[in-house]
Amino acid sequence: MTEFLQQLLNGLSLGAIYALIALGYTMVYGVLRFINFAHSDVFMIGAFAGYYLGQRVPAGTLAGGLAVMAGAMVICAVLGMAIERLAYRPLRGAPTLNVLITAIGVSLFLQYTGQLIFGATPRTFPQLFPAARLSIGPLSVSSNQLLVIAVALVLMIALQLIVFRTRIGTAMRAVSLNPNAARLVGVNNDVVISFTFGLGSALAAAGGILYAMNYPSIDPLMGVMPGLKAFVAAILGGIGNIPGAALGGLLLGTVETFVGGSAFSTYKDAIAFAILILILLLRPAGLLGRFVAEKV
Amino acid sequence: MLTVSDLHVSYGAINALSGVSFTIPQGAIVTLIGGNGAGKTTTLRTISGLLRPRRGSVTFRGEDITALPAHAIVARGLCHVPEGRMVFANLSVDENLAMGAYLLRDRERIARNREFVFGIFPRLKERLRQTAGTLSGGEQQMLAIGRALMGDPAFLMLDEPSLGIAPRLIATIFEKIVEINRTQGLTILLVEQNANLALEVSAGAYVLETGRVVMQGPSAQLRDDPQLRATYLGGGPVG
Repeated sequence: MTEFLQQLLNGLSLGAIYALIALGYTMVYGVLRFINFAHSDVFMIGAFAGYYLGQRVPAGTLAGGLAVMAGAMVICAVLGMAIERLAYRPLRGAPTLNVLITAIGVSLFLQYTGQLIFGATPRTFPQLFPAARLSIGPLSVSSNQLLVIAVALVLMIALQLIVFRTRIGTAMRAVSLNPNAARLVGVNNDVVISFTFGLGSALAAAGGILYAMNYPSIDPLMGVMPGLKAFVAAILGGIGNIPGAALGGLLLGTVETFVGGSAFSTYKDAIAFAILILILLLRPAGLLGRFVAEKV
Repeated sequence: MLTVSDLHVSYGAINALSGVSFTIPQGAIVTLIGGNGAGKTTTLRTISGLLRPRRGSVTFRGEDITALPAHAIVARGLCHVPEGRMVFANLSVDENLAMGAYLLRDRERIARNREFVFGIFPRLKERLRQTAGTLSGGEQQMLAIGRALMGDPAFLMLDEPSLGIAPRLIATIFEKIVEINRTQGLTILLVEQNANLALEVSAGAYVLETGRVVMQGPSAQLRDDPQLRATYLGGGPVG
């Protein structure tokens, strides 16, 4: 039982990171109907931003850690908006396949520019936040793990409030439901799309730092695996569906952790893709997704 | 108030409009009639900025709006209620109305517009929390018009408001359209396949055929035109 709870906690903290990344995939899919494959590299840049910013603040303090996280989120928000503006906006109205291929190009560009600037050797991520090992009953929990879950929770609640309670959030949902109708009520779709990229990229940056805190080695290709898994999480929850992405991320992280702790631990990374195949066969719209019947 | 001149629009190699011109005076209801594929919807979509013309211009209140993006045209008071209504299906009626007032910042004005819309379509008030996609066709049309009115337009373009709606609701909706025009002085451009109905409520009409204006005049006069009656009004004696 203790081991079960321990693994559950590990799984939830990994899943919370997947969820943060998956939200970016799903939001961009919502407004533009394509998968932004460069998103996983924005996650990587977020970790590197945390690495460099972390050298400028006192290590191991809560205030310093939060400041670094906020800084990395701003940097990645700007990066995400720049990617949209430079790479995707000129392709508005082009076939989805063209945009998709461009996204892969942007992804490779970020990875190899990263290798050029940061070098290919992995670096050890600094301890940004105060570290402690806590014992809750029989459980041994690192403060990093709790921090991951807490930060992810706060960010997801904030996102929920933005999307469902604010004017720009309602506009995001409107653009996602019917871009032309949104334009006809006066929404500048480009602004909404740009905002969506900024928001998703900021969450990816937070995810990158939290990931680097728990798996403390970063390199320019670090985004590939977590990015693919978060993509699977977004599909699992129902692509385009915001609560679905959160649910998909948590589920995937938990399942992966349990598999990793079992006799089948070599299949830890394969499980995400097994889930992807299953969900595409059995419930292609995802757990919370729905096929919308168009009413004419 | 609105002048469209020599509008040419094509979809790839296919010409949808080949030189459409017309003028709509302030405060009037004017209708565009014509068969399927005549270019009625294309005309509205070009005026509202969803489509770009190959040639020609659109002038609204003395300003050339041909090259403006759609959201900037709405901001000038020209609002398009599209064919098929296009309500935001997963948003509530309330949120749809809020989106209609997207460009307004003044809360009091938004609240006033809401009351005005509820006065015209009380049904919307009863359905406020309901998801728009679950409304009947007629209710969705009311919502689409209500959403447009939330933005305080000076000019309203309605594309086929009678399409797919129960006959008794059609009468209601057309009464409301006339009421909005009379009480608010709102100028209305009405596209309608039901030419009888359109000519009944409008002051003037333009008849489109394969992307050209082939006939125009006061609606009362066109109603009695034998050629028009034969083509669009189902023939029959002048009633």
